[in-house]
Amino acid sequence: MTDRRDFLKKSAQMAAALAAANALTATEGTATAFASYAPPKSPPAAGMDPVTKDLLMEGLNAAKSGGATYADVRVGRQRQNFVFTREHQIQNVVDTDSIGCGVRVLVDGTWGFAATRIMTKPAVAAAAKEAVAVAKANRMTRGNPIELVPTPVIHDATWQSAFTTDPWSVSVEDKADLLLKANAEAMKAANVKYIFSGLFFVKEERAFASSEGSMTNQVLVRSWPLMQITAVAPDFSDFQNRGNVVPPMGRGWEYVQECDLVGNAGKWGEEASQKLKAKPVEVGRYDLVLHPSHLWLTIHESIGHPTELDRALGYEANYAGTSFVAPPEKMLGKLKYGPEFMNIQGDRSQVGALSTMGYDDEGVKPDDFLIIKDGILNDYQTTREQAAWLSWWYKQEKRETRSHGCSYAQGWDNVQFQRMPNVSLLPGEKEQSFEDIVAATDKGIAIIGDGSFSIDQQRYNAQFGGQTFWEIKGGKLGGMLKDVAYQMRTPDFWNSMDMIGGKKSYQLGGSFFDGKGQPGQINAVSHGAVPARFRQINVINTGRKA
Amino acid sequence: MSSPKRLLVRDDAPESGLLSRDDSMQLIEKANKFSKADTVETQLTSSHTGNTRFAANQASTSGSVTNVQFAVQSSYGPKHAVVVTNDLSDESIQRAVAQSELLAKLAPDDPEAMPPLGPQTYVPVSAYFESTAKLTPADRAKAAATALNPARAAGDLQAAGFIVTSENTTALGNNKGLFAYHRNTSANYQLTVRTGDGTGSGWAAADHPDWNQLDFKAVSERAIEKAKLSRTPVAIEPGRYTVILEPQAVGDLVQLVGNYSDARSADEGRSPFMKTGGGTKVGDKIVDERVTLLADPQDTQLLSQPFDGDGLPLTRQVMIENGVLKQLFYSRFWAKKQGKTATGQPQSIKLVGTESSVDDLIKSTPRGVLVTRLWYLREVDPRTILYTGLTRDGTFLVEDGKVTKAIRNFRFNDSPLFMLNNLDMIGRAVRLAGTEQGGDIVMPAIKVHDFNFTSLSEAV
Repeated sequence: MTDRRDFLKKSAQMAAALAAANALTATEGTATAFASYAPPKSPPAAGMDPVTKDLLMEGLNAAKSGGATYADVRVGRQRQNFVFTREHQIQNVVDTDSIGCGVRVLVDGTWGFAATRIMTKPAVAAAAKEAVAVAKANRMTRGNPIELVPTPVIHDATWQSAFTTDPWSVSVEDKADLLLKANAEAMKAANVKYIFSGLFFVKEERAFASSEGSMTNQVLVRSWPLMQITAVAPDFSDFQNRGNVVPPMGRGWEYVQECDLVGNAGKWGEEASQKLKAKPVEVGRYDLVLHPSHLWLTIHESIGHPTELDRALGYEANYAGTSFVAPPEKMLGKLKYGPEFMNIQGDRSQVGALSTMGYDDEGVKPDDFLIIKDGILNDYQTTREQAAWLSWWYKQEKRETRSHGCSYAQGWDNVQFQRMPNVSLLPGEKEQSFEDIVAATDKGIAIIGDGSFSIDQQRYNAQFGGQTFWEIKGGKLGGMLKDVAYQMRTPDFWNSMDMIGGKKSYQLGGSFFDGKGQPGQINAVSHGAVPARFRQINVINTGRKA
Repeated sequence: MSSPKRLLVRDDAPESGLLSRDDSMQLIEKANKFSKADTVETQLTSSHTGNTRFAANQASTSGSVTNVQFAVQSSYGPKHAVVVTNDLSDESIQRAVAQSELLAKLAPDDPEAMPPLGPQTYVPVSAYFESTAKLTPADRAKAAATALNPARAAGDLQAAGFIVTSENTTALGNNKGLFAYHRNTSANYQLTVRTGDGTGSGWAAADHPDWNQLDFKAVSERAIEKAKLSRTPVAIEPGRYTVILEPQAVGDLVQLVGNYSDARSADEGRSPFMKTGGGTKVGDKIVDERVTLLADPQDTQLLSQPFDGDGLPLTRQVMIENGVLKQLFYSRFWAKKQGKTATGQPQSIKLVGTESSVDDLIKSTPRGVLVTRLWYLREVDPRTILYTGLTRDGTFLVEDGKVTKAIRNFRFNDSPLFMLNNLDMIGRAVRLAGTEQGGDIVMPAIKVHDFNFTSLSEAV
């Protein structure tokens, strides 16, 4: 829903910048540490209005009378609000609103889906019939019939994400004023010539009903403050960017205020300026101390994606790829992903995280589960269709065969499928900080913030940049480095981890733009991380002359 | 839902969801009528999309979606704001106009705001094909069978693919006489076939506005053949190689050049096309003299929209001619500021090819690497358009003019500018189906020397 909006030329540039940046991250000092964050009290979500309920029922009835053995109907409304600025001026203010209804059906073990923006009973019934027709047309290509694992019926439940101030209640003047003040602070630094900044808010209302009798109504808000600061050498021989300054969160305007863009922008501007003078890195093997504002993205790419069960079984082979964590029967309980103190949790419950939801898009209440337990692969991300594929493992482990609640659709006009929950590196037992880990390191490089990132379609070989890079010598942070990227092989990388931070050092990073599926859908997801040290990682120098 | 009224109002758009030229003009006229601002500008799009997805040799998710987008921008002098809705009822249009006026009044001044464009003249492009518009889910399922049947019959092949067709319209208008309308269809097929043992993977694809131009059987056969050939790859050392990039791989890299073609960034000193000491590289030879890179809505391979997001008419625009950077692109504001003509933002890109086939490129190569496609391209250094990414779904060693073996995938760190300087040969240009950025793209296969593979990947 955010793409292909050429008219909004400035927002199109914005979208490109967002896509390029992929995600913004925390830096130390911002009020994003999960451990220190007190959950706000959200007002309760309103119950479902009777008109919406009628539409949901109409869709279910039409699907069932068309021959569906299972159906779910989602009525969704998604609003977005953007304010963009550059340097001392506004670029654009944009408010978007999209509402419609999507119907998914199972007919004779085959999926069908159709969606309409026309919010009348006849239109919703027509969409249901179209979904049935799509399923019937695909029957000829069916293999094994699709079956869903049982899930408890959820009766008329409501849920609302953790926000105290709805961004739509804040005036455009206040939003613009905050950005322009932050821009001015950043521009005080030497050679800082250009700033791009923005605020990006999403508000979603999601109503769901299934033919099994579940019905949920949810409201969620997401907020993302953006800044990219560009320093240009006076002789035009070089330019350097400092971006991805704070992460997006599943919270409201109060989060934007906590980020203190105005208070931090001066420091970020200085860092952009300092990058012009930074020493190019010498290639070689280094011990890397990775800040949570950086490590979240490495977790996303090298743990989050390869443990998606549909991907592991070839369902995303034509686009996002498959996984090295396959086949499951050779991996579960066997693959040593990392050291014994490595525990990776999947959940949709962390307060303020982007993937956090009361119920998923097939009416399942998600649970918290360990994807990696004591360094060993323990589970995958699943939906109702997929959980059955692992029943042998759950039986063996004396665990219930259930969906982990990872079904999600970008909007009413997309079919739901398995998407990433929050996937996080849990803190170690010893309470130690980023600074403590640097102090314990004789020679290495510390990386803060996420930068360039690329990984192969099975998630083995990856290359990551960052925002700022610092030499570590004798346990102390030395001068700034530039043109740093590390290349790694996923299992070797995680098994080289030898120190991790404690509870107090845990922070959320995340992205609005996790892409998967055909047609492509985006998913917003957070990753909690603690700082960690990785031994003897291959570092390359990315600087080159044109 | 928080706008229950919305749920009771039936808008008057046609049931099919697709907006004709007259529908679009009438709806834009409504916004003009409701407007109290100095200027009101509207972009209106509509689409009907159908898709069929399959994986693990069977259908997975498929669907059909109809939607519209009505985006209205109101301006009071230098103040402006945009409101977007997908509800075309009178009440909704009136609300969107009023809301954009309210936001515009509250917004700070934009010193770069430009006055609206008046009436423009466009050369229409015929990119709408009934063959595509009339498709049914059963037609798509039948096309999918060209991959599923042979893959199942083979016993040790797994097919995963995607067939998507759409009808789309775009209209732009304002209250100063501008009106532009374009409609198109699109049909796209992409297929990945993997070997049962997980050691081989092949990909092929096709794209055209006209469904009848897609040869499903040929695409399916190519992906299957690549999968078989790519089985059990051997590792060769990373390093600098002579590389034959098939059109798909060329597209992913060369398309990036367009992203850096903005004149303003070069003038501001933050572009690969700036010069140390000031000025831009326009007029300089930046790549091999055989390279010509252009955009052209009328090109029969491109058939792209003949206007940009501002409503500026688009015709043939040459960015690089015989290796020389001919122009960078000027927005209306930057053109005015620099005393230049606004160029319009190109909506397509074509690297001019020759008559040579991929086989001709292979035959002329004593030793090199043949690359089917690339994956996960990400900017590493904007100063040189240096990107990293990986090869995927069919990487082969060429020896003495022949493909001799499947090899492991590589990660590369290279720039389309470096690559087009190291050019050995250019092949025939074809329309591409699956670049990471998408769009109307036509590229040839090319052969280049010293392409920089920096590490091996075990991924298949």
